[in-house]
Amino acid sequence: MLILTCPYCGIDADETDLAPGGEAHVTRHGADASDDDFEAYLFHKRNPRGVHFERWRHVYGCGKWFHAARDTMTLEVFGTYPAQTLVPPKTLQTKIKKKRPDWKGFKK
Amino acid sequence: MKRYSAFAIAREALRHHTGWQRAWRSAQPKKAYDVIIVGAGGHGLATAYYLGKNHGIRNVAIIEKGWLGGGNTGRNTTIIRSNYLQDESAAIYEKARSLYETLSQDLNYNIMFSPRGVLMLAQTEHEIRGYRRTEHANRLQGVETRFISPAEVKKIVPIIELSGPRYPVLGALWQPRGGTARHDAVAWGYARACSDMGMDIIQQCEVTGISQKNGVVSGVSTTKGDIACNKLGLVVAGHSGVLADMAGFRLPIESVALQALVSEPIKPCMDVVVMANTVHGYMSQSDKGEMVIGGGADGFNNYTQRGSFHHIEETVRALIETFPMISRLKMLRQWGGIVDMTGDRSPIIGKTPLNNCFINCGWGTGGFKAIPGSGWSMAATMATGEPDSLAAGFGLERFREGRFIDESVAAGVAH
Ligand SMILES: Cc1cc2nc3c(=O)[nH]c(=O)nc-3n(C[C@H](O)[C@H](O)[C@H](O)COP(=O)(O)OP(=O)(O)OC[C@H]3O[C@@H](n4cnc5c(N)ncnc54)[C@H](O)[C@@H]3O)c2cc1C
Ligand SMILES: [Zn+2]
Repeated sequence: MLILTCPYCGIDADETDLAPGGEAHVTRHGADASDDDFEAYLFHKRNPRGVHFERWRHVYGCGKWFHAARDTMTLEVFGTYPAQTLVPPKTLQTKIKKKRPDWKGFKK
Repeated sequence: MKRYSAFAIAREALRHHTGWQRAWRSAQPKKAYDVIIVGAGGHGLATAYYLGKNHGIRNVAIIEKGWLGGGNTGRNTTIIRSNYLQDESAAIYEKARSLYETLSQDLNYNIMFSPRGVLMLAQTEHEIRGYRRTEHANRLQGVETRFISPAEVKKIVPIIELSGPRYPVLGALWQPRGGTARHDAVAWGYARACSDMGMDIIQQCEVTGISQKNGVVSGVSTTKGDIACNKLGLVVAGHSGVLADMAGFRLPIESVALQALVSEPIKPCMDVVVMANTVHGYMSQSDKGEMVIGGGADGFNNYTQRGSFHHIEETVRALIETFPMISRLKMLRQWGGIVDMTGDRSPIIGKTPLNNCFINCGWGTGGFKAIPGSGWSMAATMATGEPDSLAAGFGLERFREGRFIDESVAAGVAH
């Protein structure tokens, strides 16, 4: 079972207490965006085999959205952080780089 | 290639089975091919087969990082049906189903197609309305389906409990020509036929890069060296995002785990496939007597071929309500595959942003049933360079254009 620590209430929440919310840090383009940007926003997924930043919601807990960094090849969780964060925290990125030297780094 | 026949069995029986040939050659890569297909699952192998059979293109390599049929093709629960709602879907799945009917003869390989019938239970009022609509749509599409009463359901499936406490059986959509086939045999049969046409199936060879210049692909890098090609087909299911990344574009696809399980073998008790989409569970009985059970996919990105246990629990819990007699069965094996889910839960067949590179993916939780039709259509698309009539609606551009083939709303789940 996947266990993620909710960054708000500090609880180690089982996967059954959580709802997955897909890729994180997606730029939300509006109606005035170009077709390319809007298509990318709605549909183009990174879907990496490896380090993935994603959104989760603590549905059967505090109910809040948060972010997690996880490896989709090993299911290792690198860390979680609040949703009000535009890029993954530097400390978390350093930690991931140490564990996964091949990781190309976070790109917006 | 020596043909399989009743006579061959008799002949081999008399000489201690010393005369059987290998079903396919184990090939080492040549420098270059007309066409390279990445991925020796059912869809990749079928694409290669129809390239050779229908279009005379035989200088083909099929490159597989593991063993052929070791991806989702060898991990699925083998349900075959074509009772979809949208016209595009009905056309390609029905083409596939009809090709399945004669595939054993066509390939000279027993794929054990068993048109035993598929029942999709209606367990809510909403589902009744949904399936009635599908029944009408199927009639217009020329796909034989019928909405049947609970009494008829009970006659077809005596072990079913009609009056479950949460979700009573209110009727069902019945496709008598649906059924199952032996998944490995489908991969093996196509592989044997491809090899016989002179195609190279290169296993244990991972594609690690795609070489391109000005939007034109010149070949691939692999763990067995560089191989050149005139046309490239990407048919890698759950790994489509990884290959697209090598090619420099992105897909509307996320890879998640889907699981299945089988029980200990028991005496024959159910000779059709039953799907219960409201509760996310489906079941059939294999020729060995095992109850083959599947459910819904996990919700998060995953490449581990290992799903979450609570999904298994949910599936089994739901099925026990409808089939109380399975509550004492021991479950023997459980496994997962990585399925490629698109935004509208329909597949992608067609061109990519690269000139001579084509893609076939997004079959998600339900592509086994589509293998012959998908290969047929992908081969035509690659041979001519333009999508054929079956593929036309399934192009990658439909997302940009907002032209979805929305089966997710139609089916709830898709298997
Ligand atoms: C548990 C489960 C149950 C299912 N039940 C059903 C069902 O009842 N009915 C139904 O119709 N469908 C079902 N499906 C879906 C079905 O299995 C798939 O849609 C179908 O098998 C996909 O076939 P494919 O050839 O596209 O992919 P695969 O069979 O997965 O083949 C892709 C191949 O590409 C190879 N590959 C990947 N990356 C590389 C690389 N870099 N280099 C070389 N090779 C590579 C992989 O090793 C793999 O062998 C189920 C799936 C699962 C997991
Ligand atoms: Zn919380």
